[in-house]
Amino acid sequence: MTTPNYSLAELMIVAASEAFRDNGEVLASGLGIIPRLGASLAKMTHSPELLMTDSEAFLVEEPIPVGPRGEYQPKYSGYMPFERIFDNVWGGQRHAMVGPTQIDRWAQTNLSVIGDYHKPKVAMLGVRGLPGNSINHLNSFFVPSHSKRVFVEGEVDMVSGVGFKPERWSESMRKDTMGIGVAVTDLCVMDFKGPDNAARVISLHPGVSFEHVQENTGFPVIQAESLGQTAAPTAVQLALIEQLDPHNLRAKQLKGNPAGSRTQEEVES
Amino acid sequence: MNKQMTSAEAVGHLKDGMTIGFGGWGPRRKPMAIVREILRSDVKDLTVVAFGGPEVGMLCAAGKVKKLIFGFATLDAIPLEPYFRKARQAGTLDVMELDEGLFQWGLKAAAMRVPFLPARAGLATDVLTYNPDLKMVRSPYEDGEELLAMPALYLDYAFVHVNRADRLGNTLVTGVDAYFDHHVVRAAKHAIVSAEVVEEKLELDKETARFNTFERSLVTGVVEARFGAHPTICSPDYGWDMKHLKEYSDGAKDDQGWGVYFEKYVQGGEEKYREQNGGEEHLASIPVPTF
Repeated sequence: MTTPNYSLAELMIVAASEAFRDNGEVLASGLGIIPRLGASLAKMTHSPELLMTDSEAFLVEEPIPVGPRGEYQPKYSGYMPFERIFDNVWGGQRHAMVGPTQIDRWAQTNLSVIGDYHKPKVAMLGVRGLPGNSINHLNSFFVPSHSKRVFVEGEVDMVSGVGFKPERWSESMRKDTMGIGVAVTDLCVMDFKGPDNAARVISLHPGVSFEHVQENTGFPVIQAESLGQTAAPTAVQLALIEQLDPHNLRAKQLKGNPAGSRTQEEVES
Repeated sequence: MNKQMTSAEAVGHLKDGMTIGFGGWGPRRKPMAIVREILRSDVKDLTVVAFGGPEVGMLCAAGKVKKLIFGFATLDAIPLEPYFRKARQAGTLDVMELDEGLFQWGLKAAAMRVPFLPARAGLATDVLTYNPDLKMVRSPYEDGEELLAMPALYLDYAFVHVNRADRLGNTLVTGVDAYFDHHVVRAAKHAIVSAEVVEEKLELDKETARFNTFERSLVTGVVEARFGAHPTICSPDYGWDMKHLKEYSDGAKDDQGWGVYFEKYVQGGEEKYREQNGGEEHLASIPVPTF
């Protein structure tokens, strides 16, 4: 069998799908094209028990293709308007993969502002649901451009999503309701399961060195004992991704739509 | 029991410094005809409460907003609301930035007439840092858990846009999501509903009556506003007008942009607004987007 050609976006979709493995019957929310395709692929392969919506207001048992649907008719199985999403969040029955603007060494995230809060350099969306999502259920991160601008050296400018920084918590606050999954970036897959929740690289994408990840991360990262290469998509997975993304929107998510299999020179150029 | 009024009569009730809330969600089913009426009025120093879309940006651009209570402001397909961003970056806007769920909790506390509701959302984040007025509460039970006491968000006026209404204040939201309009309405002393169609009296079958999401006793005014949510989505009647939103958004790059927009689209009233946007037939044909 020949190894199929695949793009970096497709590699990241497969890596994102792994984040949703063994989660149980939770609502899988992939925000953005690559996370959404990852969650959809998870449901179509190893984790059919996941709950999923049409990204609007209905539950579906068959993930809906992204983009214009043509002849495709969604098969609805239930109703999930925003208010019910909130109810689900508070009960902790969800795993969201989100794309924060900044992430720090404590896995805290920022979606609000860059710079001084009262007169920000850049005002973004606002904290949205991050405070509530992050303290109530599992959250993973999607980072299309792994850099020190995203993985910042100090604390994020406005802590919108909770993390592991002890000073932010009192002893009487419940911390067991939060959880951090993985960060799927264009260089690697990381988690925060090192000693004292240190950031840990669990797999490197083809052609990426650990040193290159460290150089592009604003805080120290460690290598997982089982550090290996991120799994390449199989032919079956690629066919399903094609079916879920018939308009190839995935090709537009990463700058230049790089190949998944690259040499170290190509990665670092 | 006839609560029908014009949008000018509805907005005429507003006084400087009032707290007003809007239904809808981002660029979805916002009471924009009412917003345009507010833009034409002299009212100022408003505290605006919303899951924000273009209404937030426009009211900021017009200098009507003293304080914004929000979880986000976005046009979705255009992620950053341009005039919200401008006001925020100028450092002139007083803000109470909340988690989306806390926001709902504040409205619900007001609706229940309790001073606060406990929540976990917001703990261990800068939502606490930058809202020093938010206080903590400890569970009086054995667990002793420390929680955030989300204060009631009382509104003087609520404005929501619905698909159908009658003169009595009965309403139907036939789009796929009722959002949080019922919470906004319940948190307010007065609630004004604008509707695509206002009938004498709704006469419905059981299936259709389920699209009613709050009782008419909460409604103090009903305004007929065909295409009253434009340029936001009013599913299933019409979609968002991306061409219009792009023009609005691009205008923010220019110092004169808001003035140009106001003159072209707001100043002349709703009939002219519909003409400027291609006429009723065109507006009705704008497709609802797929997500």
